[in-house]
Amino acid sequence: MTIQHAATGVAPSVRAEGINQGASSGTPMVSFEGVTKRFGGTGGQPAFTALDGIDFTVAHGAITGIIGRSGAGKSTLIRLVNGLEKPTSGKVIVDGTEVGGLPESGLRDLRRQIGMIFQHFNLLSSRTAFDNVALPLEIAGVDAKTIKAKVGPLLDLVGLGDKAGSYPSELSGGQKQRVGIARALATDPKLLLSDEATSALDPETTQSILELLKRINAELGLTVLLITHEMEVVKTIATDVAVIDRGLIVESGRVFDVYASPKHDTTRTLLASSLALPEWLRTGIKHSPSAGDRALVRLVFFGETAFQPLTGRLVAELGSDVNILAGGIEEIGGKPFGSLVVSYSAEPAVIERANRFYAETGLSTEVLGYVA
Amino acid sequence: MSPDMMLNLILKSLGQTLQMVAAAGVIGSLIGLPIGIFLATSGRGELFPAPTINRIVGLIINAARSTPFIILVVAIIPFTRLITGTSIGTYAAIVPLTIATIPFFARLVEAAIREIDKGLIEAARAMGATPTQIVFKVLLAEARPSLMAALTMTMVSLIGYSAMVGAVGGGGLGDLGIRYGYQRFMPEMMLAVVVVLIVLVQLVQSAGDALARRFDKRNRKN
Repeated sequence: MTIQHAATGVAPSVRAEGINQGASSGTPMVSFEGVTKRFGGTGGQPAFTALDGIDFTVAHGAITGIIGRSGAGKSTLIRLVNGLEKPTSGKVIVDGTEVGGLPESGLRDLRRQIGMIFQHFNLLSSRTAFDNVALPLEIAGVDAKTIKAKVGPLLDLVGLGDKAGSYPSELSGGQKQRVGIARALATDPKLLLSDEATSALDPETTQSILELLKRINAELGLTVLLITHEMEVVKTIATDVAVIDRGLIVESGRVFDVYASPKHDTTRTLLASSLALPEWLRTGIKHSPSAGDRALVRLVFFGETAFQPLTGRLVAELGSDVNILAGGIEEIGGKPFGSLVVSYSAEPAVIERANRFYAETGLSTEVLGYVA
Repeated sequence: MSPDMMLNLILKSLGQTLQMVAAAGVIGSLIGLPIGIFLATSGRGELFPAPTINRIVGLIINAARSTPFIILVVAIIPFTRLITGTSIGTYAAIVPLTIATIPFFARLVEAAIREIDKGLIEAARAMGATPTQIVFKVLLAEARPSLMAALTMTMVSLIGYSAMVGAVGGGGLGDLGIRYGYQRFMPEMMLAVVVVLIVLVQLVQSAGDALARRFDKRNRKN
């Protein structure tokens, strides 16, 4: 049972603000138009539909996260952007160029304008950090002198200026991904694709890599498209998000809006881990109240409600003791986002007063259940 | 037979063995390498897709590899004569040894390249590399330690094969062991030949291992 009071009051203003600071005008960096991708289907075997009619755009300069469970189609989706996969039908357009219409040589030119980083780094074990970063330049036919002048600053940018001569096996996971990032930036791309770039890293290293990506996005104005199965990643760096499930984009928008009021079950499931209730609270929850029970309610503060003393007013309003059980304030898409789990008497009169209060203030709430 | 004579015979035979193994090893590997690369990259959906030719080449290689070497030596005598003008002697023996090396080395090259992480090929494609660039800058570079090990294994096998070309007058240590050690009842000659072969194989193996280690940057620790 979910009660969403927020939609009328606060969310629209947040959304409008989001659009203003978001994408610059003009054509998007990447757009998917009715993209379908099927695998197999030869020799009488049924085809596997990985993507089923994707319509989606990535704005210039944005950090867009595509989130989904494994097998949802996100790896296929990101590989369509640089032509590593070809769509069965539909169009993928990168900065005005349709990827599917390019000959092999045109595709190679396009790929030199798109950097890519990988979950398992994919560094050449036989090359030093320096030579790994130099590889895309060698491939593009850049002369040795220019390569030398280019690679050093790139390694400095990712904080590995002193590791130029180290082989990948001498580097930690985070350092390897930094080399991967420097390599992806070597040809001055306009778009960076990140394929689960932090999934093989520990939480602390993940944070530092995400910060680096954020900094590169800000300093170089590079558009970033990343896929992940971790909401944490999207929450930390993305400005826009698309939720993909079974080959379909089920929800998309500004990260903050999707996070604040998820509309699709898959989104809620993905969010659940970061909004999880503590174990001791989860075990005693009932779905319907019996006499003397207390309602367990999650209050979500975001946008304007995040700055108002609503908890105090709620206590005054209910005239009943409100008990705070769990909660926290996080930063999502650069804005504060608070979540508070409270309990109060489940008597109909109290519930009614509470609901009236939520409607007045625009506080987003969700009844989680009832506890004795 | 005096020790001096024995030593002379052994040195001469060692020279023949080295000559045959080196020539067949170098020529056979040079031909086997591109065939191995082709086998590893021409399957369906790979860098140079040509699945039919891939299958045909694979069949020929399997046929060559399943022919016992001594039969191969005899079977290709007309070809050997065509190439060298004779079917007898050390030079003539290099031909069947080379023919045997090609499929052996090609399969080892194929295995060495196939064990490279597909992610590296994908990364190189994402950088805009051509298939040829991927072969030279990624596959061969990354496979270097395995290729070195493959070359070592090929050389050691060749030393073994070279013992059989005595059948066509190829000479070499194996031939010496058979003719003197076995047929003329000279166990000391047999022993000497075996010891020299053991030392030779050890040297080749150690040199190959050292080079492979030098190329291998995969397990370096701080």
